[in-house]
Amino acid sequence: MPHRNILLFAAVGMLFVATGLFQSWNLSLQILNIGVLSAIMALGVNMQWGYAGLFSTGIMGSVALGGLAVVIVSSQPVPEGWALGGPRLLLGLGFGVAVIALAVFLYRRMQAGRARAVALTAVLVIGFFAYRAIFDPAAAGIESFNPATAGNIGGFGLPSLVAWPVGAVFAGLAAWAIGKVALGLRSDYLAIATLGIAEIVLSVMKNEDWLARGVKNIIDLPRPWPVPYEVDLQADPAFVEMATAWGATPIGASTIIVKLLYLVIFSLVLFGLIFLSERALNSPWGRMVRAIRDNEVSAAAMGKNVTRQHLQIFIIGSAVIGLAGAMLTSLEGQLTPNSYTPLRFTFLIWVMVIVGGSGNNWGAVLGGLLLGWLWLIVENAGPVAMAYLTMPLPAGALKSHLIEAAPHLRLVTLGAVLLLVLRFSPKGLIPEK
Amino acid sequence: MDILNGFVAFLNFVFIPGLAYGSQLALGALALTLIFAVLRFSNFAHGDTMAFGAMWVILFTWALQSMGISGGVLPTALIALPFGIAVTCLFTLGTDRVVYRFFRQQKAASIIMVIVSTGVMFIMNGLTRMIIGTSEINFADGQRMILAANDFKQWSGLNEGLAIKTTTLITVVVTVICVAALFWFLQKTRTGKSMRAYSDNEDLALLSGINPERVVMITWIIATALAVIAGTLFGLDKSFRPFIYFQLLLPMAAAAVVGGLGSPIGAIAGGFIIAFSEVFVTYAWKKIVLYLADVDLAPDSLLQLLSTDYKFAVSFTILILVLLVMPTGIFKGK
Repeated sequence: MPHRNILLFAAVGMLFVATGLFQSWNLSLQILNIGVLSAIMALGVNMQWGYAGLFSTGIMGSVALGGLAVVIVSSQPVPEGWALGGPRLLLGLGFGVAVIALAVFLYRRMQAGRARAVALTAVLVIGFFAYRAIFDPAAAGIESFNPATAGNIGGFGLPSLVAWPVGAVFAGLAAWAIGKVALGLRSDYLAIATLGIAEIVLSVMKNEDWLARGVKNIIDLPRPWPVPYEVDLQADPAFVEMATAWGATPIGASTIIVKLLYLVIFSLVLFGLIFLSERALNSPWGRMVRAIRDNEVSAAAMGKNVTRQHLQIFIIGSAVIGLAGAMLTSLEGQLTPNSYTPLRFTFLIWVMVIVGGSGNNWGAVLGGLLLGWLWLIVENAGPVAMAYLTMPLPAGALKSHLIEAAPHLRLVTLGAVLLLVLRFSPKGLIPEK
Repeated sequence: MDILNGFVAFLNFVFIPGLAYGSQLALGALALTLIFAVLRFSNFAHGDTMAFGAMWVILFTWALQSMGISGGVLPTALIALPFGIAVTCLFTLGTDRVVYRFFRQQKAASIIMVIVSTGVMFIMNGLTRMIIGTSEINFADGQRMILAANDFKQWSGLNEGLAIKTTTLITVVVTVICVAALFWFLQKTRTGKSMRAYSDNEDLALLSGINPERVVMITWIIATALAVIAGTLFGLDKSFRPFIYFQLLLPMAAAAVVGGLGSPIGAIAGGFIIAFSEVFVTYAWKKIVLYLADVDLAPDSLLQLLSTDYKFAVSFTILILVLLVMPTGIFKGK
């Protein structure tokens, strides 16, 4: 790695150290954990955009699907709810998939024309009503069981670590479905279609209470091995003794230890992914993908299947984002569909990749850490800074309005940063080699 | 009598809301498609341009109201509209000068322009939230109803009422005026013709002496005016919430694609197709069906195809179907 890049990483590291010194180490580590997860998401987006030139605006959807996987895999089972309609629910979903598969089959096998249109419409319309007839009573049954605390199918109660790869699979499957349709058309269409799929994923998560309780949220998701709970640590005499020996309060030490353990796990995943991405990027496969990005026509002339490669890399990138989404939900210990917003989980990740350096894995990681820090620190420090700035103003409507508006300043700042980078340094902080 | 009741219920709950929403979508999609036709990129900042413009209209409405000026039976926002359009135009022309022009001269790929527009979107979104906040604002004043449901019931003797909000009628009338003016402009005036020529073939247009910067400037002005009008009408008809406009991007983009990206007439058709499909699919048909047919329905069945929360799925499905079956849209766009 050139010296310049090491300096850049050191500078970003200093930001976190400074946060620790001037604010609190707890906050600094918390931001760093989110920053590492953002860096993983940025790696995924970098695969799609940096390697292959695909612009997807559905990142939020992949993140949310990853979170959903954690609920399904590792939340506690609700056997009573399942008994009220679980098998029928699966039957309904399976039937829905079968109807769509039949429609696709007919579309492919029949000659274009009136007969095909009629057959397809019939299959889809009859299929839709039959699906609702099977599915609706099942969902209503499941939701009727103890809606105050459950009302959903529950999970498998498996460890959180198992849920992470499942999150990647969920996001990858969604990417396969959307990529099959939208890839190979104009590049804008992928952007619009992915924007739509992300919104739909989120509406499903908000409204299908049988699945993950919708906006009633799922709480108390288990922590990944080996992260302990703070209260357990504080109750452990050995730990209390150790903390006092280090001159820290048991409460303070336990929160720091928990965050450090998360950091270790997340960093291991991050470095593993960087290692794999670097290997892939410098392999014949990586050269092929970049060749397609730089000139689709000539790559196609060399016998490369452009659409297929696009689909492949779109799925891989989405899966990485889904993995990070699952890790995020494990970190927060709860799934709150309302916290997923396109600005935070789609466009912010984009800015990270572009500022860091499209096409360069280290750049994406740097951008993720830097902007992850900026995003959260401005939220915390913005109102404080605005209070200082508006000190000379008399207390009144204008002053309170300015302080209230300060958190939104980060949107303007981010937009300006993105535009400045695109204009003056389009290759980003760490350019592609 | 039951048939009449069913028909009135259909008008009241399906047709009129669909018409108003369709008009708003059509205006928004029209602006989106104009930008696409001339500047050749999908403007992701479009939804936030609507929010930004509607915000200025609200601010001017408040200023007018505090000066004691009101629109009488009509909403004061209609008087404030030109001022809002002017301020927003200044802003979008500024972004074009500072941001887009550089990339246009670089002949940047359209996808880069899309990303640039997301940067502009961030800035407009942040400014809107900073200036007016994030809470819901109702700024419709004047007479609320043109036709109240009870008056209609008394007049007709039917069980079902027909209600027409002032804002609904204004939406439709303003849309008709805007569309007529735009088509007259594009077909009859020299500037409009130069815009179409530039959109069809940039090089030929340049050769015949059309000034590209002027065409771009006029496109921005028209698109911004349409966006602000659409945003204001939507805000008047429902209410102003900064978040909601970003979500309108999907149905508007779907409308533009369905009609054929770059085709103005297609954008209008697409807007109504999307709006009516959304209302058709998410409306609970029970009431109307009970009037028309003597069927025995389970008490809990609403005859609703999809819950209203999934209205995005409707525009999305239509978008996907069009992309699969005829990617150039109904009116053969680009």
